[in-house]
Amino acid sequence: MQNKEIAEMARQIRIDALTAITKAKSGHPGGSLSVIDILAVLYFGIIKHNPKNPKDSERDIVVLSKGHASPAMYATLANAGYFERQDFIENFRKIHSKFQGHVDHLKVAGIEVSTGSLGQGLSMANGIALAYKLDKKTNRVFAILSDGELQEGQNWEAIIAAAHYNLGNLIVIIDANKIQLSGRIENIMSLGDLETKFKAFSWDTQIIDGHDISQIKTTLEKAYTRDINGKPKVIIANTIKGKGVSFMEDTEKWHGSAPSQEDLQKALLELK
Amino acid sequence: MSEKIATRQAYSEELAELGEKHPKIVVLDADLSSSTGTAKFAKKFPERFFDMGIAEQNMISTAAGLACAGKTVFASSFAMFASGRAWEQIRNSVAHNDFNVKIAATHAGITLGQDGASHQAIEDIAIMSVIPKMTVLVPADANETKAMLRALVKHKGPCYLRLGRHPLPIIFDKDFVFEIGKAQVLKQGTDITIISIGVMTSIALEAVEMLKAKNISAEVINLSTIKPLDKETIINSLKKTKAVVVAEEHNEVCGVNQIIGALISKEVDFFCPMETVAIKDRFGQSGTPDELLEEYGLTAKDICEQVEKALSRKK
Repeated sequence: MQNKEIAEMARQIRIDALTAITKAKSGHPGGSLSVIDILAVLYFGIIKHNPKNPKDSERDIVVLSKGHASPAMYATLANAGYFERQDFIENFRKIHSKFQGHVDHLKVAGIEVSTGSLGQGLSMANGIALAYKLDKKTNRVFAILSDGELQEGQNWEAIIAAAHYNLGNLIVIIDANKIQLSGRIENIMSLGDLETKFKAFSWDTQIIDGHDISQIKTTLEKAYTRDINGKPKVIIANTIKGKGVSFMEDTEKWHGSAPSQEDLQKALLELK
Repeated sequence: MSEKIATRQAYSEELAELGEKHPKIVVLDADLSSSTGTAKFAKKFPERFFDMGIAEQNMISTAAGLACAGKTVFASSFAMFASGRAWEQIRNSVAHNDFNVKIAATHAGITLGQDGASHQAIEDIAIMSVIPKMTVLVPADANETKAMLRALVKHKGPCYLRLGRHPLPIIFDKDFVFEIGKAQVLKQGTDITIISIGVMTSIALEAVEMLKAKNISAEVINLSTIKPLDKETIINSLKKTKAVVVAEEHNEVCGVNQIIGALISKEVDFFCPMETVAIKDRFGQSGTPDELLEEYGLTAKDICEQVEKALSRKK
């Protein structure tokens, strides 16, 4: 898909995600909006996947460690054709629905692992990457983490292990929106210089603008084609929490609160 | 009952054996492979063994990832760290995902011995049983351990296997076929049912002989599957004996005795007194396994005392 079409897709994903959160009266708009451009590039420009056969053995794997960005993920999968968009929008976070608050692989086609408890997705992605290396399969494994999530110590155990086992088939994308639930990361528990830290842990490290479709695509294409037996790769994508809706941007206010119908209408005016 | 073998040793041998027939088996350890016994598998199948270093949380979630990609994963550490340090990873990465990860936790209970309280898991059965989808197994000897492992490679889904360091007498035949969810009546009796778990089963069998001298006929059920619970075998035995002693090397609080107590309250409509032989809500300490069993009231003599207490309450 061309960059222009991917951008158009990202716009639709934003609309679907926000509509679903509004209907559910619950969910995480801020961290969904920040990761949508990355998801759109991945699913419509980078990975091998087959919505008609979600378990296709040739597919690449995406682990959404920041499982609270489920609206972004479901909306991406719906637009890719895994299930009906309306099914997601109407049923997100509802009782007996497959569209759980945090992604659940036992319920939704296209989700590879259930997450939600922060800090576990990278280890799981490592496990998948280890298995593929063992089986000499060339499928790539992507893990999408938030920056706030890196406060969980388990990530650093996993960062050590990925380098130790040369998981070159693993590509980690950090959705670095600089804000966590209760405020700015730098005020709550600063992470310091992530680029230097990852490099010190022997990772192939890059920083990009996480909303520049062309830059995301070029960087991911390069990471995709690099030696799968080399270093694990991390792309630190600088993003804006709430990206695309002016009153939601760069604030913790919309981390975990749903827009009202009125808020949604205001947001849609900006997105449409 | 001549040769004594620890269940961790049986695990070590059988895992290395099963590795040949089952190429999907991969094994993870957290820098304890020489103690847990996974070193034997690692030597035989180095490409299918991953030492995750001293990082149990990452080990368990990595195990989940390997299972996600189709592997049959055994992850080992001491029971304290496997179940305690990584509880939330077991709950969320493994069980909630319904991944095929077998947590083979060695050095459980106080019979770990001289390392002391920090290493003696006396809570693990409780915290593992409370997780939905989790199967919880505790073998009573080396042959049952091996039989369990043969059953486990055919079983899909999360499992906690509680193993020990203390050498135990052989109770089961070499060709014993273990069925998950099936308790075994090891001795038939009419006066009392002793439900024993793990290390306590061979001790219960000792107690049976001592009780015989007092003309008490004891039935012994080896409850090697804690979850799912074999209600039928237990209730059938209780219908006959109408009194029970539960013997476990675990904290009495939230122990197997409470699972049995709840079963009796809900599903037994006759009076059935229950007594327990368990660790009385206190931490372990350094000592030899035999000294510790004595100090914590987990001997055949203790079982006999509780049997007599239960019998005295029988109507």
